[in-house]
Amino acid sequence: MTTELITWLIPLPPLLAFFLIILFTNRSKPLSHTLAVGAAFLSWLGSMVVFFRVIRIEHLGEHPIMSSIPWLATGSKTFNIGIQVDPLTAGTLFFVAWTVLMIFIYSVGYHNYGQPKGDHDMPGLPPHGATVTDAHGHSHQVPSIEPIYSRFFAFIGLFAFGMFLLVVTDNLLTLFMGWEIMGLCSYLLIGFWYAKPSARAAMIKAFMTTRVGDVFLLLGIAYLYSATGTLNYREIFYNEGVLHTLATTPTGFLGLSAAGLIGILIFIGTVGKSAQWPLHVWLPDAMEGPTPVSAMIHAATMVSAGVYLVIRSYPLLSAGAEHGVLSPPMIAMAFIGAFTALFAATIAVTQNDIKRVLAYSTISQLGYMIAALGIGAYVAAAFHLITHAFFKALLFLGSGSVIHGMEHGVLHTGAHIDLQDMFNMGGLRKKMPITFWTFLIGGLALSGFPLVTAGFWSKDEILSDAWGHGFWVVFIVLALAALLTAFYTMRQISLTFLGEPRTEAAEHAKETPWTMTAPLIILAVFAVAAGWVGIPEHFPVLGGLIPNWFHEFMGGTLLEHPEAVDFSFIPLLTSLVVALGGLYLGWVVYRKVKAGEKDPLQSPLGPVYPVLKNKYYFDELYDRLFVRPAYWLAESFTYLFIDRKVIDGILHWFARVSITLGDFFRNYIDKPIVNGFGDFVGEGTKRLGRTFRFIQSGKIQQYMIVALVSLAAFSVLFYYLLVSTP
Amino acid sequence: MITLSWYLIFSAALFCIGLFGVLARKNAIAIFIGIELMLNAVNVNLVAFWRYIAPEAITGQAFAVLVFAVAAAEVAVGLALVISIYRRRNTVNADEIDMLKF
Repeated sequence: MTTELITWLIPLPPLLAFFLIILFTNRSKPLSHTLAVGAAFLSWLGSMVVFFRVIRIEHLGEHPIMSSIPWLATGSKTFNIGIQVDPLTAGTLFFVAWTVLMIFIYSVGYHNYGQPKGDHDMPGLPPHGATVTDAHGHSHQVPSIEPIYSRFFAFIGLFAFGMFLLVVTDNLLTLFMGWEIMGLCSYLLIGFWYAKPSARAAMIKAFMTTRVGDVFLLLGIAYLYSATGTLNYREIFYNEGVLHTLATTPTGFLGLSAAGLIGILIFIGTVGKSAQWPLHVWLPDAMEGPTPVSAMIHAATMVSAGVYLVIRSYPLLSAGAEHGVLSPPMIAMAFIGAFTALFAATIAVTQNDIKRVLAYSTISQLGYMIAALGIGAYVAAAFHLITHAFFKALLFLGSGSVIHGMEHGVLHTGAHIDLQDMFNMGGLRKKMPITFWTFLIGGLALSGFPLVTAGFWSKDEILSDAWGHGFWVVFIVLALAALLTAFYTMRQISLTFLGEPRTEAAEHAKETPWTMTAPLIILAVFAVAAGWVGIPEHFPVLGGLIPNWFHEFMGGTLLEHPEAVDFSFIPLLTSLVVALGGLYLGWVVYRKVKAGEKDPLQSPLGPVYPVLKNKYYFDELYDRLFVRPAYWLAESFTYLFIDRKVIDGILHWFARVSITLGDFFRNYIDKPIVNGFGDFVGEGTKRLGRTFRFIQSGKIQQYMIVALVSLAAFSVLFYYLLVSTP
Repeated sequence: MITLSWYLIFSAALFCIGLFGVLARKNAIAIFIGIELMLNAVNVNLVAFWRYIAPEAITGQAFAVLVFAVAAAEVAVGLALVISIYRRRNTVNADEIDMLKF
């Protein structure tokens, strides 16, 4: 098969699986997950074939693989639907396919396939466990299978379709469709346990918050279309004429050029999707969904899609930027990205929920990528996107595995504790060795442990880009964020795996089945190895051992090949110091936390601690600023005033006028005139009949006399009228 | 000589006698007889007009024969009705046969 055809086919299997599961196989759990995993496997296979074919093509960036067909004819224009594989697509496809497949396999174990049905499990609630009796007559609690197992696989199938569609497409319109499909799926999956009120609130929050960004993105796309008449990547982002026109067209809005305004609108879309400040609030709450969903949303797909969009439209965002002068969208990105990276990292330090720490770390790392793109570090941003997807998927799946192991302990002991609170864990390294080692690798990659892990290389590249181009504010902020990242990662690892178990449940935790650990191991390999493709050429000792293939390959996506920054020891030393220092600090502070002890950070941080713990009160602020006014608007203004008073008032007025008019017509027209006439005719006829009924005597001879007299009378009459008076 | 007007006067007298019989008598049979008298008065008229006014045409005679036939049929039907009414109501008094009233 040709590469084009395979690329066309990549998104389809998960979509098919979705429909098949929804329509036909939803009653059969094994069939449903076989379909979904099989579909993910097919997409993975196609992606791998495409990836390994295209990386051998020279100058792929200049001559990408393209194919399109006319799709929507609107007036004289036609929207095309099509595919395009350039280096960015290939790289994204690579990590998306791997993480999606791993998450699909992991979900089978996560939802307790093969376990008995729960004693009193309900659809829409997490499984509570089942009681089984073994051969010796002992009964004990074991995990039970998810009640709406098939539905989960249908939803993540649709989700995967959305992501693959977004990656392989060649225009912004289909990208937006994939984007929205994922928005829908994230809504459905965050609220997968819909009987939990917190899950319902989280799903609505996620949907509403990302919607804000989506609306701006749609505005940006619409503006772009009206300005250029096309939405195809090649015709806009790789067309210097179009870019130049856009960059020089003034809009009259804050002095922005058309390119600047469109870029900022597109970037706001990313802010919503990739959970950047100030639209970050939805992502931590999205942890209400099952853990594979967290991995799916926070690593492989949706949040990556936001970064993918800005990387994809980088030529437009940077249009007008020359010689170190940033364009307005880039300034916005550098500012918001760097701010978010530090901001979210500080929150992550104080969170106790194992998944929430990862959620804030994701926000922070996405901020890294955005900031990198903002300062023009195109390749570094793409590199970090890919490595981050691997180790963050690994960490999320690892945390799911930890929660699962803890659940085992909870079912064993019957204790009622928060499964996800890290202060209830501890010492899990002995109970769950595979999870521990893979989580450790993921954690080290996240903190940028030097030389070995992928995270180091990508983070180091961002930092050296920031340094090399002289954006020292961004550099310092990102370095601080990196320090905090290493710190909270080690805090998490120490609290979860090191030390002694702090609860009985943690003591009875158990390693998870192979369907969950196998994906962890595979992702751990990538969390280390994915960094080797991008080792800078001038790096001491290691540089040049493996050619910096990634930079050459990914850099080819742009029209102008980006220059690799000169090597400098300052960013390298900085990243070494912050990574190792943060890890060491985290280990020192948290290695010996005893059961029931408070967070050791609580007293030194003093009044800052509750601020961080409560996420800078952003939820409360938004509640005051948006949610309550919205409720007030809905209740007091829209409902009570507009609806009840104005609209109902007008309707009531119409009703009253109609009744009055009707009464008038009835009393003065209908009753006297129409009825009166009808009655008059009827009554008159009756009275006439009553008057003349006596002549109907029934006596035949009387009739004849009448007839005779009448005849005579008429004869006389006619005689006088007709004959005698001619 | 007997002129046409004599016949006409005769037939008018006969018709009036028949009419009087129909209107004044209560017995249904008598009313029938009156009707027959009126029909025959007409016949006299027809034949008289034929003989005095158009002796070459046979229209008058033909009409007279037709009236005989109609009268015979009418008597047959009428008498049957009278018999039927008599059987049901045990009377042939025209005043008592008054079911046609309101």
